[in-house]
Amino acid sequence: MEPIYLDNNATTRVDPAVVASMLPFFTEHFGNASSIHAFGSEVGKALKKARAQVQALLGAEHDSEIIFTSCGTESDSTAILSALKAQPERNTVITTNVEHPAILTLCDWLEKEGYVVHKLKVDKKGRLDLDEYKSLLHDRVAIVSAMWANNETGTIFPVEEMAALAAEKGIMFHTDAVQAVGKIPIDLKNTRIDMLSLSGHKLHAPKGIGVLYLRRGCRFRPLLRGGHQERGRRAGTENSASIVGLGMACELALANMARENGEVRRLRDKLEQGILAQVTHAFATGDTGNRLPNTSNIAFEYVEGEAILLLLNKMGIACSSGSACTSGSLEPSHVMRAMGIPYTAAHGTIRFSLSVDNTEAEIDRVIAAVPPIIAQLRKLSPYWRDGGPVSAEQAFAPTYA
Amino acid sequence: MWEYSDKVREHFFNPRNSGPLEEANGIGDVGSIQCGDALRLMLKVNPETEIIEDAHFQTFGCGSAIASSSALTEIIKGMTLDQALEVSNQNIADYLDGLPPEKMHCSVMGREALQAAIANYRGEEWHDDHEEGALICKCFAIDAVMIEDVVNANNLNTVEEVTFYTKAGGGCAACHEGIEEILAKVKASRAGPGEVSPPPVCPATPEAPKPPSKKLSIVEKIKKIEEVLESVRPMLQRDHGDVELADVQGKKIYVHLKGACSGCMMEAATLGGIQQKMIEALGELVQVLPSSHMPVEA
Repeated sequence: MEPIYLDNNATTRVDPAVVASMLPFFTEHFGNASSIHAFGSEVGKALKKARAQVQALLGAEHDSEIIFTSCGTESDSTAILSALKAQPERNTVITTNVEHPAILTLCDWLEKEGYVVHKLKVDKKGRLDLDEYKSLLHDRVAIVSAMWANNETGTIFPVEEMAALAAEKGIMFHTDAVQAVGKIPIDLKNTRIDMLSLSGHKLHAPKGIGVLYLRRGCRFRPLLRGGHQERGRRAGTENSASIVGLGMACELALANMARENGEVRRLRDKLEQGILAQVTHAFATGDTGNRLPNTSNIAFEYVEGEAILLLLNKMGIACSSGSACTSGSLEPSHVMRAMGIPYTAAHGTIRFSLSVDNTEAEIDRVIAAVPPIIAQLRKLSPYWRDGGPVSAEQAFAPTYA
Repeated sequence: MWEYSDKVREHFFNPRNSGPLEEANGIGDVGSIQCGDALRLMLKVNPETEIIEDAHFQTFGCGSAIASSSALTEIIKGMTLDQALEVSNQNIADYLDGLPPEKMHCSVMGREALQAAIANYRGEEWHDDHEEGALICKCFAIDAVMIEDVVNANNLNTVEEVTFYTKAGGGCAACHEGIEEILAKVKASRAGPGEVSPPPVCPATPEAPKPPSKKLSIVEKIKKIEEVLESVRPMLQRDHGDVELADVQGKKIYVHLKGACSGCMMEAATLGGIQQKMIEALGELVQVLPSSHMPVEA
């Protein structure tokens, strides 16, 4: 049985064309881009090309606005710490309570260091309250950091509008766009976004390569100091093979943008509707009308996510869960809790995340596989009897559907 | 994903005795849907013999919770109630060829359900006495409430002490920051308003013990050493380890660490703990070393 990979928000398969583009940079073009000799200059040219490819996908005005880093987390840390260092008179960070741990853990630490962090709340569908946001923009705010799209639900935040509001008040704006880049069109030159993080392995490039987009003119303090690489903004010898691979992946993502938002979206919708039509007491989480085309996060009530994943895995289907048990913590995902998803459902959330690699036949197989698995586990559950939740338990009011 | 044993997988994929048991006369419900796992254990007990004739379960939870429930019903069927009360969570874990450390609470839930079901059959009330807090040490599944209680009860001041008392922090060390925060919080609450928190005493360096009234003979000494080892063995066995005396050479006591203890990340801490006990019992400074450190015979 061919395995089916539906966990593309976790990581993606490196595209064969990306691998092919990288290989010469391990062998014949092994030089250091900083060297003056021919070995180095070939690499320098390749980096320039890759920078232009990333620039094209992001719609950045200048290629010098692209800084290669090691990963999304590094880009996030660089952006926020830079804003605080460059503006010592400002001590506040605004973010949201559904960010990736790359942001939230950093912000928790900043709070301990004495900075003020405001975490914007979300509603039941994972949407922000822009009036609350506006009321928090004051002259002590160093930076706003809001994700472009949520990794668990795919919900898209209005970052362009938020960036414009921040800019009016002279506040820097950063967005963690690791889930959005390559999945939805982005045109940074026509926004007021100052900084953006992306991660190669989310768009069919290898792991260990990321980008920080830094708008020209935005005040900046490097995280890593040392050599003059990346114009002194990120020291350390360039990861040339991976940079070349990322460039190729960006070119492919741009070419695939229509397919991602057409075919992939259709398959995602088919999958979600196919499952929800057969399984009762289940609903899609997040802002289903405004989310990434590839992501569907379904909460199955009265069953536990890890058990679902194990049974899916047995059938060769790979996806992920917001259940507590899969992470080793006692609490279900912070994103589900932030949206107020009841515990009866939050432990049983499953994220299906597709890519252009997925086929119709695969989706049909998953639609057939999921309902019996849920039924099997509900049969085991003390909260379930005779095709419905046990009446003693508070039945879940489907206001989230 | 977790490293589950084949036995866990087998019991998860093919759970035994699942579903309601109509003629049950003892029912134990533990856990809650909020916590992410809940278990209902149903027993059919013969009132004459007090033998558990049948046992069924219904579980909401992860793979290991379902496997632990299934294993529990298999273990207790045919036992008398008194025999069943002897079943520990370690018995359940052993039956499944072990559970990942983070999942040991699943076996604890099984034992609690068993106690609750038997109490229910006997018409007694059963109290769940453990409270769970945020998970701090993921390696050994120690939560904040437990650490705070132990820190309070024993007046602990350092991460190292917390590790000795609870094991928390003895694995990957990622939670040391979290433990330090709990220590700081407890320390702050110890000092009342206006009071200055006392400077941390550092009992980590063992005080030189008082000289024993009379020198122990070698037989007495080995006897005492064996007693100390006996006292720590149950703790190690709970974690699938064991220890045994290899040799005594002057002030050096060599031990074999066995099972899960050998090569465990906690080896140094385990030996340190044993050494502390030895020093107290023998009244002299001794060193406890793994048998691998024994000098090779020339």
